[in-house]
Amino acid sequence: MFTRILTFLIFVAIIGCIMYGRKVIRTEKVNAVFGNPERAKGGTHWIIVGSSFILLIWLYYSWDIAKSLYPKSANELCQVGKVNDSLLALKYMFPIEERESKTASIIKIENKNLDKFAIEVKKSNIISDQNRQILLRLIEKTKKTISLLTNESLLDNQTKIKILELASRIDQLSMEFQKNDYPYETEEQKNKRLKEAEEEGEWGASGTAIENTVEIPTIPKTDKGLKFHSAAEELKIISDEFFKLKNHNFQYKSTIQEINDEIKKFENEINNDQEITSTYVKDILQIGGRIDYASIFPPNSLKEFEQSIINFEKVQKNEQGSLRLIDIFLFPAGTIVSSGPNCSEQGSGRWLPKLSDTLNKFVLLLKPSVGYKSVPLLWYEMMDVSKIIGFILPDWIADIIPGKYPVHNENGTVEPNFKSKTLDIVSGEFSLFKIPVPMGHIWDSFLRVFLGLVLGIIFGVPLGLFMGLNRFAKGFFDPLIELYRPVPPLAWAPLIISVLGIDNVGKIFLLFMVSFSIMIISARAGASGTQLSKIHASHSLGASNWQILRYVIFPNSLPEILTGVRVSIGMCWGTLVAAEFLAGTTGIGFVENVAKKYFQYEVIWITIFLMGVLGLIFDVTLRRIIDKTIPWRGKG
Amino acid sequence: MSDLISNDLNMIFKSPNGGVVHALKDIKFTLKKGQLLTVLGPSGCGKTTLLNIIAGFIRPTSGQITLNGNEINGPGVERGMVFQQGALFEWLTVAENVNFGLRMKKEDPIITAQKVEEWLNIVGLQGLNNTPTYQLSGGMQQRVALARCLINNPDLILMDEPLGALDALTREKMQYLILKIWKETGKTIVLITHSVEEALLLGEKLYVMAPRPGRIHKEYNLPFASMGLKEDLRNIKNLKDFTSKREEILTMIWNMEEEIMGKDN
Repeated sequence: MFTRILTFLIFVAIIGCIMYGRKVIRTEKVNAVFGNPERAKGGTHWIIVGSSFILLIWLYYSWDIAKSLYPKSANELCQVGKVNDSLLALKYMFPIEERESKTASIIKIENKNLDKFAIEVKKSNIISDQNRQILLRLIEKTKKTISLLTNESLLDNQTKIKILELASRIDQLSMEFQKNDYPYETEEQKNKRLKEAEEEGEWGASGTAIENTVEIPTIPKTDKGLKFHSAAEELKIISDEFFKLKNHNFQYKSTIQEINDEIKKFENEINNDQEITSTYVKDILQIGGRIDYASIFPPNSLKEFEQSIINFEKVQKNEQGSLRLIDIFLFPAGTIVSSGPNCSEQGSGRWLPKLSDTLNKFVLLLKPSVGYKSVPLLWYEMMDVSKIIGFILPDWIADIIPGKYPVHNENGTVEPNFKSKTLDIVSGEFSLFKIPVPMGHIWDSFLRVFLGLVLGIIFGVPLGLFMGLNRFAKGFFDPLIELYRPVPPLAWAPLIISVLGIDNVGKIFLLFMVSFSIMIISARAGASGTQLSKIHASHSLGASNWQILRYVIFPNSLPEILTGVRVSIGMCWGTLVAAEFLAGTTGIGFVENVAKKYFQYEVIWITIFLMGVLGLIFDVTLRRIIDKTIPWRGKG
Repeated sequence: MSDLISNDLNMIFKSPNGGVVHALKDIKFTLKKGQLLTVLGPSGCGKTTLLNIIAGFIRPTSGQITLNGNEINGPGVERGMVFQQGALFEWLTVAENVNFGLRMKKEDPIITAQKVEEWLNIVGLQGLNNTPTYQLSGGMQQRVALARCLINNPDLILMDEPLGALDALTREKMQYLILKIWKETGKTIVLITHSVEEALLLGEKLYVMAPRPGRIHKEYNLPFASMGLKEDLRNIKNLKDFTSKREEILTMIWNMEEEIMGKDN
């Protein structure tokens, strides 16, 4: 329902906005010539058209429109797939979709093979003359067996009857298939089937769990589906029976026996050292086996059978009716039919999750009780303030208090003293009141970027300024930084993660390294880019060196520093996601990496979307900060 | 002894490719307290170098320069400077810019606020206290620079082509302002300019400098600066004495420029 309304709204929006856009163009000022930047202003309606188009393409290619308009179609198409699958082998026997009949092509190939062997045997100078004669005779005999199979007059009556029977069974099926009440299901059977189908679930991703158990239900839900399902089963039986049927008439059997006997005798005669000869013998046997196994029939003996299959094919295509149109127009870039009895989405519908499913999963992920891998996306937990106090206060405060920590007494208890009580406080082992603290995958990723960035700024900016102002600092630190800076951050990841662990410390340090070098470079550029006249002016105004640094050089470098922060955020964000791919137990990159393993396309797309939105939020926030703090930028 | 005395000042720059530029050669002058000196000369004659030495931004190769008997040995508050482009701190407002020197001295903010107000009135920027400097016009920026320099009450004011980037009308207004401030405060001022008219109009004393090596070519004592406040500046420019001096100096500078060009060719 949601998708249907959305699709309708999108169409309304696109048409409305295009009409509005045309109206705007018509009423535009005459003096707005091409090239005038005024012409690029405004255009919200085109934004709506653009985003609607993206949404529409998403809805269409994820087959969400098909799902909302014809929710049963996937199940029905799956049944059609079953019919196709059952017919496949039979159809391949005849030039229906293939170029030539299977019999003809097999005969062609095997004749060619036998001729090739004959030439090789004739030319070979390793094989003895006597063996050569025997081999050539064997080849000739094997070749003759083919004609025994294709001779109409040799065809067994029994086989003839059987073929006709199978053909009439297909004809019968074609007739029944067109009847409305086929396949004559009793009320009881119907109820059972519907119940099973209901238990199996609906088409699409599960709305109650992150994992998807069923993609497309295989049990037919509709009468149409059932028709195809039953026909497919019937055809499968017919097909199996046909391929069991072999055109092995009496002459053929006796000839084969002859050849086999001769070969056995011959094999006993030849010694082990005549390897080539025995290889040829084996090859001839193989070809004989292939001819034996293939369903080779006289040219006109399967005419009725072929006609029956063609007829059924026509009937079943007719019976599909509107389903064929749905398949063509609402299932772009892929198909369900070709998946056969597996009933899966083959194509864009598979890796492009449906909008409705994705929203469903997103809502599910947002629920703190579900989350992903038992960690919510973004939620809060209650944390005792004492833990924070214990984290801030160093433990050695207790150690420097005179006295000793209490020792256990005779009663088997430990009496706390002042020193041990202090230790409890500085290590946070007491309870105060609780405050909510954010947590979850998004928060973890955000916190890592934030801390890495802040640390990079705290250490990078002063060092960068120092390097911009001092020859020693520049010379001393330059080689260090220039050596580590060009290394792609991810190249450091394996080392840092193995030293500092896969948890927050390693990742924060990695991000610190990323932002540190960028902040140094930008702060240095800012410091060395200060106009000399400003420095001179502040000297003349009586500012001390420190004051010049604090009140002139630092604010003057702020535009560069903040640009550096913006670059750092982008780099950190990219590095973080990749680092979370490598190792870890929380974070958005982790979620995507796990989802990838289980083919949870909805979750993958959600994480991609989240990363985009978070990156955008970072950038927009920073742009706001830049506009607020350095309004003079570019105007000085 | 509250004079600016220069004693055989020499400044030699060594360029990285081994060349030697004699920027200043044996500069010797005495500027009495309260005098307004304008320095004129073709480009490359060492005007700005001289000013930078007086300000203490660079040290002379030899010779010494003293203010009030103390050798100048680095920048100091007693020598205020006004730059061509104002060199304002664009992250501060007008009032904060003017207040900068006093704030660095950590003076009482209430008193400094009054002083700032006073000086903004003097330079004609009343009511613009909280305007960011990047929103000001060039003339207004120079007024702020002037006020920022003067609020520190320096003994000597150094101006490095302060009106060079202004349009003609603003320039005239600013010339009047400089004259007015000079008269009212009695400060010693050294003003470097490219404009002959400006040098004549403002200078009580005028040095025409010559290049290669940089030296004082000719020295004038002029009456126009003291006339300036009573009479309209434009009337002064039309005085016969003024125009003849202007032509004389212009010819002098033209000849110097030609000499340089000849040397180059």
